[in-house]
Amino acid sequence: MHLATYIGLQHAASKTLADSFRQVAEGHVGEPDVHSLCHTLARASDGHVDRLSPVAERYGEQREDEPERLHAEGLSGIRSGGVGLLRDLQDLYLLASFVDITWTVLGQAAQGTRDGELLDVVETCKTDTQRQLKWLNTRIKQAAPQALIATAT
Amino acid sequence: MKDRIADIWGARTPHARDTPWPVRVDTHFDSSVSEGDVDRWVQSACVLCSNGCGCDIAVKDGRMVGIRGRAADTVNHGRLGPKGLYGSWQWSRTDRLTRPLVRDGNGALVESDWDTAMDRIVERSRQLLATDAGALSHGFYTSGQLFLEEYYTLGVIGKAGLGTPHMDGNTRLCTATAAAALKENFGSDGQPGSYSDIEATDAVFLFGHNMAETQTVLWMRVLDRIHGPNPPRIVAVDPRTTKVAEAARATGGVHLAPLPGTNQALMNALIREVVHNGWVDERYIEAHTLGFDELKATVEPYTPEHSAGICRVPADDIRRAARIFGTSERVLSTVLQGFFQSHQATAASCAVNNLHLLRGMLGRPGCGILQMNGQPTAQNTRECGADGDLPGFRNWDNVEHVRQLAKLWNVDPMTVPHWAPPTHAMQIWRYCEQGSIGLLWISGTNPAVSLPELPRIRRILQQESLFTVVQDGFLTETARYADVVLPAALWGEKQGTFTNVNRTVHLSDKAVEPPGEARSDLDIWLDYARRMDFRDKDGAPLITWSGPEEVFEAWKECTRGRLVDYTGLTYDRLRGGSGIPWPVNEQAPEGTDRLYADAEFPTHPDVCETYGHDLLTGGALSEQEYRAKNPDGRAFFKAAPYVSPPESPGEEYPFVLTTGRTAYHFHTRTKTGRSRQLQRAAPGVWVELSVGDAARLGVREGDLVRLESPRGAMQGPARIGRGRDGVVFTPFHYGYWDRPGTDGAAPGGSPSAANELTITEWDPVSKQPLFKIGTVKVVRMADATGPSPAPTTTASAPADPDGVPATVGGPGAEEREHPDACEPPRPPRQPEAPPQPPGSGGTTSTTGTKG
Ligand code: SF4
Repeated sequence: MHLATYIGLQHAASKTLADSFRQVAEGHVGEPDVHSLCHTLARASDGHVDRLSPVAERYGEQREDEPERLHAEGLSGIRSGGVGLLRDLQDLYLLASFVDITWTVLGQAAQGTRDGELLDVVETCKTDTQRQLKWLNTRIKQAAPQALIATAT
Repeated sequence: MKDRIADIWGARTPHARDTPWPVRVDTHFDSSVSEGDVDRWVQSACVLCSNGCGCDIAVKDGRMVGIRGRAADTVNHGRLGPKGLYGSWQWSRTDRLTRPLVRDGNGALVESDWDTAMDRIVERSRQLLATDAGALSHGFYTSGQLFLEEYYTLGVIGKAGLGTPHMDGNTRLCTATAAAALKENFGSDGQPGSYSDIEATDAVFLFGHNMAETQTVLWMRVLDRIHGPNPPRIVAVDPRTTKVAEAARATGGVHLAPLPGTNQALMNALIREVVHNGWVDERYIEAHTLGFDELKATVEPYTPEHSAGICRVPADDIRRAARIFGTSERVLSTVLQGFFQSHQATAASCAVNNLHLLRGMLGRPGCGILQMNGQPTAQNTRECGADGDLPGFRNWDNVEHVRQLAKLWNVDPMTVPHWAPPTHAMQIWRYCEQGSIGLLWISGTNPAVSLPELPRIRRILQQESLFTVVQDGFLTETARYADVVLPAALWGEKQGTFTNVNRTVHLSDKAVEPPGEARSDLDIWLDYARRMDFRDKDGAPLITWSGPEEVFEAWKECTRGRLVDYTGLTYDRLRGGSGIPWPVNEQAPEGTDRLYADAEFPTHPDVCETYGHDLLTGGALSEQEYRAKNPDGRAFFKAAPYVSPPESPGEEYPFVLTTGRTAYHFHTRTKTGRSRQLQRAAPGVWVELSVGDAARLGVREGDLVRLESPRGAMQGPARIGRGRDGVVFTPFHYGYWDRPGTDGAAPGGSPSAANELTITEWDPVSKQPLFKIGTVKVVRMADATGPSPAPTTTASAPADPDGVPATVGGPGAEEREHPDACEPPRPPRQPEAPPQPPGSGGTTSTTGTKG
């Protein structure tokens, strides 16, 4: 069943997102708000991994069968400076958007199969993902002008 | 005659609920002068805390020589506190800056003249504006101690002249959370309550607010109720045993001493108790609020036991406090640094607003909220756009609001920075550190002592890439790092208005000439604007005014139709009687004692100052998301779970550090440290330990101890105090300008500034730095040579008074109190039909746009 594939996919993507938030947190300790909020938001994604675990187990997670192109890639490395921060936050944004739309996909499927447990997981976790996106959006907006206009190259 | 160092609050004038607070006129003169010698009295208000006590300055032979509280003023009914009495003018003829200073060829600061100094600034300014960064290379860091006219002028220069979003004040450190919390719950900044609520209330909740020391005259007002018939019960939330906490015990209230950093857990439990016991006004909630269900769901896990475990307070105390909140007929709440400068600052302060909304306790006598300010004119920094807000409580994210300002100033709306949230102070410093800000103009504040993590701040100030202008009355620690130092006229030496915590506007007239070549901050900025030749879009000078009263008139136009409406005020109206609380307009010609009497909140999307934020992260809501809530006039409940603080005590750093203030000093002591009486009362730094912790560490009263945090270290004699175990307190006032063995700027061998230790972290919504959490270890250094210099009259009183001499005034501390000198003044009457509606932001005016 493709649903099982997607649950596995989201399970892995949430783990990747959590790791990526932590990577950015540790890579930008000079930005205290980024450091502490990325850790807070990483914990939210950790929670998603935990919440998805029993569901994934129930459906039988099929990691090996996942089509390659559906894999959410983590961050390759941390960039430095104002523009680097901006790009890293954008990468997180892309990843979180992927997770966000995958919740939507799972939510639709959960309704289709009348899987109350999965639906519950999707609804609570999606709120967190949207909080992550909202913060990323706010912080990117704040960082953009100074990074792009005022930072010496 | 009284010694108001020993007796901080003076004689009681007790009275009953719903009767006016009696007058008591407090007067103090320089010891060489008596009342008959005074040439003239000049009207003003005190600028040594946010209370804003009306006063008259005594002048003799062109010098300030005394002070008297104004009996007719609704703020203080004649009273003054120790700082006002002993610190208002005593600094005026000491080591003032009298000429501009610039760097010579060897890098030394040398005396110069105005033309040279201003030319250097203008040269640097023009050079930076010509780079790609343009105005983004300019940062302004101002104060909460200048006048409204100065802030507004600075705001217009920055926002319409240069077009930089990098403007903030040290108000970010003292009052940003008050503004943020009011915006989140009610749609706009603007204090809901009034001091006159004290006369009418049945319970006063002080959340992280040591009012007895930070606003001594306001505390006198509370004490006079406590000592009268039917006194209110006091509930204190504070990790230290303050005088407020003592009053809580004495009135049958509660003292809650949560572990610093856990306020939100406590607040969620209080809200849960109030909801679970049904102590809510369902009709009010239904008609006037949004978000109740989310609030209920969020607080549900916070049973008294659960939160008691987090905060380490007894669960029954939480229950008792909630019961007092839930069952008292009228409740007044005040909030200050214990919340504002701590973890989850905005969330916890919003929780106080939530409690009042739950019970519909707003806009009625005795039922108020005072989200306090720290500094005397912090309110104006917020109103005028000298901090990270747009003038007149406008919303930077609302294009119509930006258009209004552009029209008023006759500039292209694109000039007014609004493409991103205005840059908060901590971020301005970060851009300086990274080199993208090349000019930082610091006015009336001393970041080299008051910002967190001082070793870092000193590093930034010394960076080659940063050109620093410091404008002050004294050669502060910060000024010693400046490229150009400009001598500023201070209070009593210039004219202007300012606004206190309960929106009361005072005029402060010029009493004496400033020393030497010192100029008012207003004149300095007008000079900069002239030299930079800022123009409007028709090529006319951008700034057309030349003196404070003209600025005030221009400012009135900026406020027309907004909640913060000054249009009914003039300098003349502010002379002679009492200060007047805004809004003052045609509907409320006498001013407005309290807001939201009609439960109409300025939350309409066209009116509000913000579209709101997620309290956990500060993520901003978009206009569309906000409009979808259809808030039109209803207030918001704002909920957030408790999350653990960024730094928790562990093996290496086992104590939580909280920093704060004492009754006798203000900020970095630039004024109060030059007052003989005040400096004698609190001459040096101390480190306060609980009895239990001190015993475990083998530390005795007066032993020299060193505090170390992951960021730095400081040291001082220990006071074995009355705080809770696991928490160390030290006051933040003590920098290096008067410290022997230092260069007057940096610690040398014996660091004394609390901010050597503090953490560079801030609240995600208000961006206020967290001065009241962070961890330290305590190292005993040497035996005592005597008791610690901490005052005995305040929260720093020793647990065991034996052998510790009581704090008293020195020769010349005599003060005269004249109780019942006349009938008490009355607050403005509530207009029959409330101003249209108070707070909805003037829907009928040329600038208001409510749809
Ligand atoms: S309470 Fe504040 S405003 Fe009033 S006299 Fe004291 S320091 Fe001045």
